[in-house]
Parts: sequence; C-alpha cells; structure tokens
Amino acid sequence: MSLLLDSILVRACLAGVGVALAAGPLGSFVVWRRMAYFGDATAHASILGVALALALEISVFWGALVAALAMALGVQALTSQGRSMDTALGVLSHSALAIGMVAVSLMSGVRIDISALLFGEILIVQRADLALIWGGAAIVLGLLWWRWSALLTATVSPELAQAAGINPRLEQLVLTLALALTVAVAIKVVGVLLIGALLIIPAAAARPFANTPERMAMLATLGGVVSVLVGLAGAWQFDVLAGPAIVCAAAGLFAASMLVRVIRPAG
Amino acid sequence: MTPLITAKNLSVTHGRSNVLHGVDFSIAGGEIVTIVGPNGSGKSSLLKALIGSIPISAGTLTRMKGLRIGYVPQQLALDPTLPLNVRRFLDLPRRISDAEAITALEQAGCSGLADRQLSDLSGGQLQRIMLARALLSDPHLLILDEATQGLDQPGAAAFYQRIEDVRTTQGCAVLMVSHDLHVVMAASDRVICLNGHICCEGHPEQVASAPEYRALFGTGTQGALALYRHSHDHSHGHETAE
Repeated sequence: MSLLLDSILVRACLAGVGVALAAGPLGSFVVWRRMAYFGDATAHASILGVALALALEISVFWGALVAALAMALGVQALTSQGRSMDTALGVLSHSALAIGMVAVSLMSGVRIDISALLFGEILIVQRADLALIWGGAAIVLGLLWWRWSALLTATVSPELAQAAGINPRLEQLVLTLALALTVAVAIKVVGVLLIGALLIIPAAAARPFANTPERMAMLATLGGVVSVLVGLAGAWQFDVLAGPAIVCAAAGLFAASMLVRVIRPAG
Repeated sequence: MTPLITAKNLSVTHGRSNVLHGVDFSIAGGEIVTIVGPNGSGKSSLLKALIGSIPISAGTLTRMKGLRIGYVPQQLALDPTLPLNVRRFLDLPRRISDAEAITALEQAGCSGLADRQLSDLSGGQLQRIMLARALLSDPHLLILDEATQGLDQPGAAAFYQRIEDVRTTQGCAVLMVSHDLHVVMAASDRVICLNGHICCEGHPEQVASAPEYRALFGTGTQGALALYRHSHDHSHGHETAE
C-alpha cells in the first residue's frame, strides 16, 4: 500500500517538476513581455480543445494543443496590428473559457470531471502523461535554449533586434509555440485556470534576486519546482486540491520574496 | 562604391495616414548623413523602414549584401521586471568576451559600469552604452535615432564628437535623426530635410539656406547654425594643429 502511495506521489512530483522546468524560463518571458493576459487566454482556449478532442475521440493533449495554438496565433495576429489588446484579450479569454465549459457539459455520454479540467488532476497522472509532460517540457526548453539570445534581444527592443538581422515576429512565434505546448502539458498538473499562475508567480518572485535574465529564469524554475513540491506535500497532508495548493505555495514564495525585498532592497 | 542602402520612391503608411511618400534615399560607406524635420515628419519611420522593422507600402529598398547595421534607439523601453546589467546587454545579440567588453566600455568612457543595471544609468551613460553595444558588431552603418535626446548641450556635443571619432576609426557610415540642428549639421556630410517627403537635401550650408528648410524651421536656426559653423571651424583648426 505504501509503495503504491509512494509511486502516486512520485509520479505527481515528476509531473509537476516537469511543468515547472518549462514554466520557469517561459514564464520569465511572459512577464518581461507583459503577456500575462495572453497566457491566460491561451490556457482558457485549451478547454475548448479538450471538448473538441472528446467529441472527435482524439487525444485530449492534441486537442488542447491545437486550440491553445489557434488562440495564441489569433491573438498574435490582432496584436501585430497595433491595437490595444487589454479588452480584446479579456473578451477572448473569458469567452473561450465559457464556451469550452458549455461544450464540455453538452458532451453527453462522456463522463468528465470539470473540476479536473479547471484545477488539474496531478495525483492521477499516468506513465504516459509523464512521458508527454517531460517530452513537451524538453521541447519548450530546447526551443528557448536555441532562440535564447534572439528572443532576449527582441524582448529588449524589437528595432534593435531587427537591425541585428533578427526577425522579432519570428521570435514571438517561437514563444507562442512554447506557450501553447506548455499549456497543453500543464492542464493535467494545474488545470486551465491556474496555468497562468504557474508561469507568472515564480518569475515575479525571482525578480528581486536577479541581476541578469538568465539568473531570473533559473530562480523562477527553482521557485516553480519548490512550489510544486511544497504544494503537493500540502495537498497530501491536508487533502486539498493539488493544483490550487501548488499555486498557493507559489504565492507564498512570492510574498516571502516581497518581504525580503522590503527588508533588504535588492541590488 | 555601392551604396549601403538604397531606397527608391519609398512610401510608408501607418493605419490610414501616409507617413512617408516618394522618398529617394541612399547612403554610401563612411558618409555621415543627418535627417532633420519637424515632429511627425516621418524621421523615425524612415529609419525603421530602412532597418526593416516597419513594412514599406510602396517603392523599393535595397541593402548591400551582408550589411551589418548598428542601431542606437531613441530610448529603451525596458520592462522593470527584466533584470539586465550593462555587461549582459553588451552580449546582445552575440556573446562577446570579457576582454572585448572591457575595451568597449573603456572606449565609451563607461569603465566600471559593467555590473550596473541599465535602469540605474543616467541618460548619457545609457546612450554611450547603447552606442558601445551597436559598435561591437563592427557595423558598416551606424543608425542613431535622436540619440542625444535628454542630454544637455555639452553631453550632446561630446556624444557627436564620439560619433565622428568612430567614423574615423571604424570607417562606418552614420545615419542619424536629430533635433539638435546646429550641432548635428556641422558634423554631417549631407543633411536631409524631411517632412513626409524629402523637402531638400545637400551639404549642411546649402540646406540651411534653402527656402524649404527655412519654411520648416524658420530663420531662427540660421543664427544657431552660424554659431555652430564657427565652433566647427574651430575644432577643425584644432585637429590640424594636432
């Protein structure tokens, strides 16, 4: 029995850590480029993909990936026309969430746990899920590693990048791809509602202790991993939802980092 | 010598408004060209179109094969969440050695700033660092967009002196947009007066006396130019004396 419990927890930890590894560096870019709402919209759209995948009887992962990607690309196309995106993103994000939920509830004959979609079901991840999560995380990290310097230059200034022969729109596309992939693999772990939190909170907590972008990305990753482990331990101990518990742990880290900053202003 | 960049009949539209139309432009190696013009005359748009960061709506744009551009923007709109120190900034987009970085900072007169955050620098320091970074790629063409905005006059004068030095030592062409008419015009081989289209261009003194230029800037700047011309002559004498 204890062996079984162990392996459930081990699998959950592995799943969470896998997502946190990708979310650290990617989340840093989301914060630097003020894409928080963009990330939310992408994540919320993925639930539509889940509904679609259930209807078409294809893998939930691919459904979520395609929907997230479609939303991200659509939003990106709107942004490149230089509009103020705040309202449009809000409309898209919440509409996608609502339509997705309605579509899922309309799916008669399929038994779906809506709460699992919204908040994750990290405690029941299987070996196949783990492969998907680590595979996805590896691709995201690989993409970011490969494009890192160009991405960073484009983030500092699109014109500066362009003058150096880097296409900022291409780099944005790389981030969009990475974001959609992260959303698709993170649904199991934290659910669509809290993916944005996993991206942003560890990065924000890392900011006061970083003097370079790389350091911030690494600290964000570390913070994400710690949040996953602490959150899972808490969920196990107090029998609460694991996804929200992980985000609570991250929020605790953020609060602690703010406190440290107040006491000892960062250099 | 083939020009570094040639634009023919170039137009740029922003939304429905026609920012630039019918612009013919080219710059040759080693040349210093300054674009002047009132606010909203399309100066920055022209630079951005030449770099390729905004699309052109008509005309042609030809860049020399393998052209390396060093770009110094008006300012950096860095998000405060992005930690970036001077040393790391110099690494964008290409990693450089510590020795290269030290030399670059020395030449920019910014030794000892390597560990400072960009957000903590003064306006003048930031401009010098951005120039140093742009020069690291050994550019054929240096493009500066109102690089002395926010600098006081001695600061701006020192900055332009540095640009001229750079042109002499590295042999790169310089294309800049500026509001400091009198300072800039003396340092330029050619001045382009822009207001949606090219009003007039030529040698600084020609442009300064052109009716199109006076119509845009009034005659008040003529005095400043004369003042400037004087100081330019002086610095020339200085150079030959050395």
